[in-house]
Amino acid sequence: MAITLSASDAPSPPLSARLSPPQVWGIVLLAPYLLVFLAFVVYPVGYGLWLARQPASYVALYNDPIFARAAVNTLIFLVIGINIKMLIALFLSGFFAQQRPWIRWLSVIFILPWAVPSIPTILSVRFMLNPEWGVVNQLIFKFTGDDGPNWLNDPAVALAMAIGVHIWKSLPFWTLILLTGRLAISHDLYEASDVDGANWWQKFRYITWPSMQTLYITCTLLSMIWTLGDFNSVYLLTGGGPADLTHVLSTLGIRYLRLDQLSLAMASIVCAMPFVLPLVYFMMKRLSR
Amino acid sequence: MKLPTLREVGTEAKLLLIGIPVFIWTMIPIYHMFVFAISPKEDAFSGKLWPAHPTFHNFSIVFHQQHYFLRDFWIQFWNSTVIALAVGALTLFVATAAAFSISRLRVPGGRAVMNMALFTYFIPAAFLAVPMYRTMGTYGLLNNHWSLILAMVTIAAPYAIWVLKQASDKLPVELDEAATMDGATTLQLFRLVYVPLMMPSLVAVGTYAILLAWNEYLYAFLLLSKDTDITLPVALGNFLAADDSPWELLMTTGFIYALPPAAVYYAFKRYMVGGLTAGAVKS
Repeated sequence: MAITLSASDAPSPPLSARLSPPQVWGIVLLAPYLLVFLAFVVYPVGYGLWLARQPASYVALYNDPIFARAAVNTLIFLVIGINIKMLIALFLSGFFAQQRPWIRWLSVIFILPWAVPSIPTILSVRFMLNPEWGVVNQLIFKFTGDDGPNWLNDPAVALAMAIGVHIWKSLPFWTLILLTGRLAISHDLYEASDVDGANWWQKFRYITWPSMQTLYITCTLLSMIWTLGDFNSVYLLTGGGPADLTHVLSTLGIRYLRLDQLSLAMASIVCAMPFVLPLVYFMMKRLSR
Repeated sequence: MKLPTLREVGTEAKLLLIGIPVFIWTMIPIYHMFVFAISPKEDAFSGKLWPAHPTFHNFSIVFHQQHYFLRDFWIQFWNSTVIALAVGALTLFVATAAAFSISRLRVPGGRAVMNMALFTYFIPAAFLAVPMYRTMGTYGLLNNHWSLILAMVTIAAPYAIWVLKQASDKLPVELDEAATMDGATTLQLFRLVYVPLMMPSLVAVGTYAILLAWNEYLYAFLLLSKDTDITLPVALGNFLAADDSPWELLMTTGFIYALPPAAVYYAFKRYMVGGLTAGAVKS
């Protein structure tokens, strides 16, 4: 109260006079985004955190075997899936760095999985793996006379397939990013190493990797954050089945939501935050420089 | 013409040994979808690599909505188009204004807003979907196209603002000063100087937002539910619910749905890959 009084004692000019016209416009032009941000980020997140406040939700999560399974699946997805993907991307970026007309053409085709929406292609894979009618098992039957396995009915295989679909979809993107990093390396370094008689491993170890490791690690972390939100690969391929054994955190949150257990959904997301927030903090520091 | 040496042939063979598997890996799901789309129903389920009687009959069924699952195909196609264009336009408006304000007018608190936007960008969209669904219910927007449009603008805007801010930071300050000295008002500066100079980035950001909205499944499936309100990807997902789904028609619809974004992507490729992403991970 004292502060407001003392402030009004001194005759301060009205707000519009203290700001220059460009600054007034600045606030006006920033307002649409601020409104969107307040209405669709701040309010939902605050409301969600308020819903997730009860310890009982966390006890319920702890006692839900599906949650534990989903947490393990998410870890497998991130730690194994992403690292395999990034290693392949690193390898393929070296392949696409070769100057050949046919490799240029191949790179145009290679980007297709990234350019087309994921739903039709995931459904296409889903049908390929159909135990009775899918083309995979029909080919197995044709060549061996045996019935193929029921691919999506085995949780380990189904999760591996979901990771495969994820890799199929996002490998081109990361390969291209790493390719730009690779093309930025001076060609002189490789020519000099050729003169010195370095083999391909030495070239990679002492020229390529040192100049690409920051990029590679940033890409890996960014890919991990984004993959946490990869709902489609799992939901459309396995639907979280069989027996809810292939859920990841993003599909589990939606599952709780569909079951009208909103506080559980939010609690499961809050549980991922200790992992997400450090990554987000790291990425923000990198990007806002 | 000189013959290649043995060493050159060896290198080429090694490259092919990588290139051919890459080609096959990339094409399998897309080729499978295409074969289904041009197969009559009997051929589709026989596991052939090429149908005995390729036909465009499936496309005609889809276009004439001659199946129970497809009776709202055109209205769903229209919904997808309108929503994608609305998201593109709104994102462009919100993000351009914000980037101009933060980068050129140096509005107080602009940096904080930029950081909040970046934070939103990194929160996985599937996590935000849960509270967003409830919030849309509170606002009374569920089953209304505006819910999906606003949700997608929320998701597309942070990255759009960031890209535009990076680009507009590169424009020289003298430009604004010269225009102001000639008596240009802030709005004229925005309209006559800033927007024309930013055109390439605006095209990139608009395309990004349109593709994001056209491809979105999760939010569309949570926020819209009536058959005449939903977008194409949700309709595709609904095929899965039935046991006797007409898969050849599902693949045909999926193929039609995938064509526009692929065409847009390739048309704007030089903006999409280089311009948008290189900045995101530059070291």
